[in-house]
Amino acid sequence: MLSALTPWIDYTVNGLVIGNIYALLAVGLALIFGVADLINFAVGSVFSFGAYIGWVCAAYLKLPLPVTILVVILASALLGIVIERFGTRPLQGRSRIAALLVTIGIGLIIDQLLQIIFSPDPRALPSGLPDRRFTIAPGATIGTLDLLIAGVGSASGLALWLFLSRSRIGWAIRATAQDSEAARQVGIFTDRMNMLVFALASSLGGVGGLLIGMYYNNIDPSMSFNATLKGIVAAMVGGLGSLPGAIIGGLVLGLTESYGIGIFGASYRDLFAFVILLLVLVFRPQGMFQRAGRAPEPLTGTFIAWSRPLRLPRPVQAAILLVVLVLPLAGQPYVTQIGINALIYGLAAMSLTLVAGTVGQVSLGHAALLAIGGYASALFAANLGWPVALTIPLGGVVAAALGTVLIYPAFRMSGHYVSIASMAIAEIVALVILNWTGLTGGSMGLSGIPPLAIGPIDLSDARSTYYICLGLVIVMALLQARLLRSHLGRSLRAVRDDAIAAKSFGLSPSRYKMIAFLFGGFGAGLAGAISAHLFSYIDSNTFGLDLSILVLTIVILGGLGNIAGALLGAVLLVALPELFREVAQYRELVYGLALILLIRFRPQGLLGTA
Amino acid sequence: MNLLSIQSIRTFYGPVQVHHDVTLEVRPRQIVSLLGGNASGKSTLMKTVLGIVKPRQGRVMFDGADITGRPTAAIIRRGIASVPESRRLFQGLTVRENLLLGAYSRQDTQAIAEDLDRILTLFPRLSQRLRQRAGVLSGGEQQMVAMGRALMSRPKLICMDEPTMGLSPLFVDQVLSLIQTINAEGVAVLMVEQNASLALRIAHHAYVLQSGRIVLQATGAAMAADPRIQDAYLGRTETAA
Ligand SMILES: Nc1ncnc2c1ncn2[C@@H]1O[C@H](COP(=O)(O)OP(=O)(O)OP(=O)(O)O)[C@@H](O)[C@H]1O
Ligand SMILES: [Mg+2]
Repeated sequence: MLSALTPWIDYTVNGLVIGNIYALLAVGLALIFGVADLINFAVGSVFSFGAYIGWVCAAYLKLPLPVTILVVILASALLGIVIERFGTRPLQGRSRIAALLVTIGIGLIIDQLLQIIFSPDPRALPSGLPDRRFTIAPGATIGTLDLLIAGVGSASGLALWLFLSRSRIGWAIRATAQDSEAARQVGIFTDRMNMLVFALASSLGGVGGLLIGMYYNNIDPSMSFNATLKGIVAAMVGGLGSLPGAIIGGLVLGLTESYGIGIFGASYRDLFAFVILLLVLVFRPQGMFQRAGRAPEPLTGTFIAWSRPLRLPRPVQAAILLVVLVLPLAGQPYVTQIGINALIYGLAAMSLTLVAGTVGQVSLGHAALLAIGGYASALFAANLGWPVALTIPLGGVVAAALGTVLIYPAFRMSGHYVSIASMAIAEIVALVILNWTGLTGGSMGLSGIPPLAIGPIDLSDARSTYYICLGLVIVMALLQARLLRSHLGRSLRAVRDDAIAAKSFGLSPSRYKMIAFLFGGFGAGLAGAISAHLFSYIDSNTFGLDLSILVLTIVILGGLGNIAGALLGAVLLVALPELFREVAQYRELVYGLALILLIRFRPQGLLGTA
Repeated sequence: MNLLSIQSIRTFYGPVQVHHDVTLEVRPRQIVSLLGGNASGKSTLMKTVLGIVKPRQGRVMFDGADITGRPTAAIIRRGIASVPESRRLFQGLTVRENLLLGAYSRQDTQAIAEDLDRILTLFPRLSQRLRQRAGVLSGGEQQMVAMGRALMSRPKLICMDEPTMGLSPLFVDQVLSLIQTINAEGVAVLMVEQNASLALRIAHHAYVLQSGRIVLQATGAAMAADPRIQDAYLGRTETAA
């Protein structure tokens, strides 16, 4: 009887320990959200940073644990200050989605720097604690490290609570969070409060990274991503901005995961987080523990000031078209290959620029549409033997239909809730692909996908592929341009600029968002399908969050909503780094910097928003 | 010498100009009332003094120093306090925390505690409310907290934007006499008021703002005594009716 319970005690202990770490992340996010009205996507990178500083102290310099913890706290706080001062502060007064995207860029840069300095390989991070285990129930034990994590978690929570409720600076932080303009009018330098909060939040995150590294005795730079996601989920579950909510959210998430793994197995682990996130977003955007009506402001407003799109003169257009047409004939195969890449990314970027630019739904999950299109086309062709010329457009249709159905619950959200929801949906899609082994091959991926062909004619050589992609890009660009010029296009922009006004004119925002996602989903599905047949192998990582972020960066670079801009952005961000081999190595760094600099200095992109 | 002097400022919201060469002065220990109709630019003038809005041209001098375009918190620390439009208390903080935050720029803990006591004798109702969240107070009580919060910084000048707005007549009279009490202790007051007859009861000097220009200024008594001026610039008021 008792022995049947034993594993559950272990799951509970494990869930609470991990939940403590999530709570540290979530509290940091909640602090920053409260004061700066911003979801800090760099949180996971600070977490990794803390883990690596901890590795330097504990494993490399062999410093004692208390010193290590202290150094991690200070170094992470410093990093937080840098992020605030140079990343988000210059964006004050701009739409908060701008600052959110900048924190994504900062995260990319930190991750890549960690990779460059410490190599992408995992490293061991021993805690150096005596490994003693205490029996808490027959057969169930709790170790020193568990106790350390629980202790650090509760101590930070308590210290933070005392600081915020008892000290004058704590009051000033809360005052700034509630009304920063009024706070300035009692003499509070709110910039300093922001900076302080970033420092606090980052030290919590950094310590979290250190502890989890010791817990698993393993760290690597890719842990950032997971930490960001889990922190955000925990913070959203608790209700953004609520500190007790963040702690409870972290523990709930940790326990759910731990029990879920116990019941369903480890590969479903992340699915729980995203399903919970999506449910919360849809049904209780104010969080589980806050009363309705006190929901954090759903951060409406479009991303950036809309500008007049730049028009290239006719002769320039003609010259570009000519170069693009003769490129595979004149250039080397290597150049053609790069051209194909740029065209596929261009196709994906065009579809996102419609959704994110024209309709203002800044999606962080666009890669899921490519994944759906890619898998659909590959499966039709490989399993059913249908001709590739048919399965590719079919992939587009499936992506459009399925993608729109999946994003549908997010239609009533706005601002950065859309970004988070779309990211969660994309992660769920990836996890379904990973776990639906019977259909998708699971972690083995799909191989032997038939090459591009029309009937018996094989078109898989670089030159033919190039022209197929070019043809598709031109057709889709013309269709999209036509769509934008039509009455429908004006309605789409009206929904973006002022959903409430659009509603009062009898336009239904949901309907227009749906049209945009259908059209965009089709284009993205095509891009995914072509990639699948081109690579002949795909798996659940082929179309991941990094792809979504890259495509979004391309779109912002070109100018949101601007078709030509999306294509230009694809050439600049995809083709150029390939041409300079040394740069290709530091791709993420380039993307991160591009994102930050663009949003700061040229938010309308190179060719202007449309 | 003037305590506050606003010198031919021009302010803009984007391309839209709000003030056209507005000049205004507040002497030490004076109550100055700023009158004007809706959207004439009264609140924006207050925000310019407080550094929330930066003028494109002109200067704001306070206590002998140029404070034009300085950060708000720095201006507050020079001795200006603000009772903002619609009060803007920190709703989730307690009344006590709100009041003490008024003294955020001060370090003299002992004197701060004394000032808190003094303010509680000025607003006895707040004594029982100290531990409640400011958001649950009635409008009149919130106005008291806002004024108390402003006084806690020991300012030389208090800027009040429509301090009687939304209050019952009983509270309106209380607020006006409180302003006089505060003023009697040596604090200058610059107040925006829609209701001219109310404001002119206590103002030493008054300015009328119309479409971003000062169209009239006089002593409070002179302006109150002139019904034509009231009709022309202020619209009909209760006393004129
Ligand atoms: N933040 C802002 N952005 C753009 N325009 C503004 C802003 N605040 C005020 N305005 C405009 O500036 C003008 C002056 O506004 P202000 O609030 O200073 O007037 P007011 O005299 O205080 O009016 P009220 O009696 O309604 O309080 C108005 O036309 C108003 O619409
Ligand atoms: Mg006003």
